[in-house]
Order: sequence, then structure tokens, then C-alpha cells
Amino acid sequence: MKFTEEHEWLLEEGDLIVVGITEYAAEQLGDIVFVELPEEGTEVTKDDEIVVIESVKAASDILAPLDGEIVEVNSALVDNPAKVNEDPMGDGWFFKIRPSDLSPMDDYMDDAGYKDFIGD
Amino acid sequence: MTDLLTTPLHALHLELGAKMVPFAGYEMPVQYPAGIMAEHLHTRAKAGLFDVSHMGQVILTGEDVAAGFEALVPMDVIGLAEGRQRYGLFTDPDGGILDDLMFANRGDHLFVVVNAACKDDDIAHMQAALKGVTVTPVRDRALIALQGPAAEGVLAGLAPSVAGMRFMDVATVELEGAACWVSRSGYTGEDGYEISVPAESAEALARRLLAHEDVMPIGLGARDSLRLEAGLCLYGHDIDGGTLPTEAGLAWAIQKVRRRGGAREGGFPGAEAVLDQIEAGPERRRVGLLPEGRAPMREGVEIYRDAEGGKPVGRITSGGFGPSVGGPVAMGYVPAALAEQGTRLFGEVRGKRLPVTVHALPFVAPGFKR
Repeated sequence: MKFTEEHEWLLEEGDLIVVGITEYAAEQLGDIVFVELPEEGTEVTKDDEIVVIESVKAASDILAPLDGEIVEVNSALVDNPAKVNEDPMGDGWFFKIRPSDLSPMDDYMDDAGYKDFIGD
Repeated sequence: MTDLLTTPLHALHLELGAKMVPFAGYEMPVQYPAGIMAEHLHTRAKAGLFDVSHMGQVILTGEDVAAGFEALVPMDVIGLAEGRQRYGLFTDPDGGILDDLMFANRGDHLFVVVNAACKDDDIAHMQAALKGVTVTPVRDRALIALQGPAAEGVLAGLAPSVAGMRFMDVATVELEGAACWVSRSGYTGEDGYEISVPAESAEALARRLLAHEDVMPIGLGARDSLRLEAGLCLYGHDIDGGTLPTEAGLAWAIQKVRRRGGAREGGFPGAEAVLDQIEAGPERRRVGLLPEGRAPMREGVEIYRDAEGGKPVGRITSGGFGPSVGGPVAMGYVPAALAEQGTRLFGEVRGKRLPVTVHALPFVAPGFKR
């Protein structure tokens, strides 16, 4: 599993990458009450704002971590946004992307690097 | 930037694991580990304890203190019975709202509670304008709110007399050995009390209240969502110097005796503008706004009459997620012609116009003991 400085986790699943937010991020955001996901089939460019999440406190964006195509989204989050708080690293995943360029993966942090990053 | 002030409960907040944020010059708890949602729902179900010591407490004394205070507010102060409290507003020469406040008749003095962010200005305003009245800021007391349906049972466990108080009654009550000034009021739409307690006794009282299984500490985050669902204004957001009482839906707070034809008509700053608007009706009104989808509409979202085209007709002044409503709630200003309940309008969120319906305030039924 890799991590971005935007507190996303990226997990390889065959030729796809599953993306969600870390437990640390979910806790910082607080109770999540709204999730807006991209449409399946959307072509995205790295750093596009593709997911909107709103907590009771504020709205924030999730950026595309890679270039590629969104092939699946976790539509269960639309009706049950609290899943992101309950299981951010599992059932609370956001989307699966078929990357067209995997090179940014090398720049992303590993588990130890991310723990260091959040000062844990 | 000066250092942040702290309240007498600061150490307790840290001990309870609060997330602290700067608010009106103070370091205050925005939430505790339970989180805003759980804190909000607990307050509506049982009881929540809030530290509101950042608010301004002021004592006014003098021979004609009630008449004097009427020169600053459009409320009936003279007619307020001893042991009773009223909601009030300071107005400016144009009738705009300088702050909203609570004032109580305590027999030999008036006790006034004003917003934290406005308290320095309010105190200066009173000192400059009130001749023959001594304005004494109370700096050695904390202010604690205990809110929710279980509040009466919890506080009566410490002092049985509080169960006999009605909404907006005020009394001196001994709690944990300290002489407290207790009012049956609050800012959540629930039954409850606000307790002015000597600073040195505040932590012991808070700990005693928190020891009750029905009581949870509540931060500013849930305080905001609770008051929003209750349809209560937040100064600087829903009301400010550019807002007159009537358009803000606060004309109910201006008693007949201060209105046109009343025995003590006018005589407060901006009286002509304020009383004109009561008679003529405002051009815009503060209304509840219920977004149809799940997307919260926050402060600053512009309101449109149609799904496409046109200019904004209004703006949201407070909005977010209402945990008891189970969805987004908001309030804001719309033209009077569009202020009728059930009117369907549109709020623009991230470039998309989403439907929103004008809704009665409050969003949740109040729990006051009248």
C-alpha cells in the first residue's frame, strides 16, 4: 500500500489501483455526511479534483493520484457516507482507477514513510 | 496577534481530549473525542455540558438602570419582572444589529450576557451611552450551559429548586457550595440552564455535572449545529450591522410598549428605521432553507429563483448538516415575495444549482419548559 501527502491510500488490485483516505484523514475530517463520486468511465488527470467529501465541519476534495480511467466507484458511500469514518481503509474506499501512467507510484510513501509524515 | 485567552475550564477540556481551536480570542473546544455528530445527538437525547465562559457577562447598576438600558435596546426592560430574563438586541443609529444578548432583572441590578466577539465593543458602547449607570464587566466567573431533556433532572440532583424554574427564569442557586446565577435558557432549542459560576468553583461544578451518566461534554461544533436546527441566529453570520430586526425575523423580541403607539415608543438607536420596517414589512426575510439532496449548503451559497440563469436573489448565512434532521439544513435571506414556506429555490454548490425549499424555523421542535 502506498500513501500520498493528501492522505490517500493506494492499493494495487490486479491492474487497478483502489483509492481511499487514511484513518488519520478520516479522523481529522470528523463525521462525514456527504460524498460525491465521479462517474464510472471518467478519464482523469493526476491532481484533478474528482471526489468531494463533506464532514459536519467542512468540505474537502480528493485529488486523482494518477492519470487514468475511473472504472468503479463505491456508490454505497452516497447513501452511507459514515462508512468512511467506520472503515476508511476497507469498506470506505472511494474508487478504482485503471492507471495509464504508474510512475507517480514511485514517489508515494510507504507505510513507514506515511507514519513519519503524520508524525505518528 | 496576542496570545489566546483561556477559560477556567481549559485544563479540563484538555484532560477530556478536546480538539481546541481559536474562537473570538479564546482557545475553545470545538469537539471532544465522541465527535460533533454524537455530541449533538446526545444533547437532544440526554444532556450536554458546554463551556461558554468566553461570552461577556456584565452587571449594570444605578438608580434608573432599566430606563437607562431602554435607551440602547428596543426591548421592554422596565416591564421585565424581577427574576426574569429576556432576549435583546443592541441597535445602531441606522437600526442595524450591533449584537444580540440576554438581559435579566436581578432586583438591584441588570445582568447582561453578550457575544464573545462583541463584548469589548458592547461594554464600551454601554459605558459611553449609559449615564448614571455603572457598567461592571464580570471577569471572575465562568459560564456553563447544561442543555437537553435530562438537564432538569441532573441539575435538580444538586439543587432541587431548579426544577421549579420556568423558561427564562433567573435565580441565585447554590451549586457545589458556590453561589451561582442560574437561568433556564440556552442556545440549543432544548430545555436547559445557563450557569454563571465563580471561576474558582467552575471546574468542580463541571466535574460534578459530567460525573452524571446522562451528561457529556459538548464542543462549539455541536453548539453550532444545535442552534442552527433550532433556528437561532449566530451574530456576525445571520445578523450583523447590515441587518434590521424585522427582516431577521426578530420583531417578536420588540415588545408593543416600544413600538409605534406604545407608551414608551422608540427612544433607542435607529428607532425610526426599525419601527418603519415593522410597519411596512421588510424587503427580504431570514428563512429556513432545506436542501433536497444530501449536499450541505454552507454560509455564502447563493440562492437563485430558477434552476438556470438569472442573478442571485439571496444568500445562505448559516448552513451545514443537521444531525437530528438527518440531512443538510440552512438559513439565509430571500426576497419577501419568495419567503413563503414551501417555495422552491436553488442554491449553487460547486457550480451546480441544487433545489432547496423554504422551511419553517426551527427545524426541530423546541423542548422549553414554559
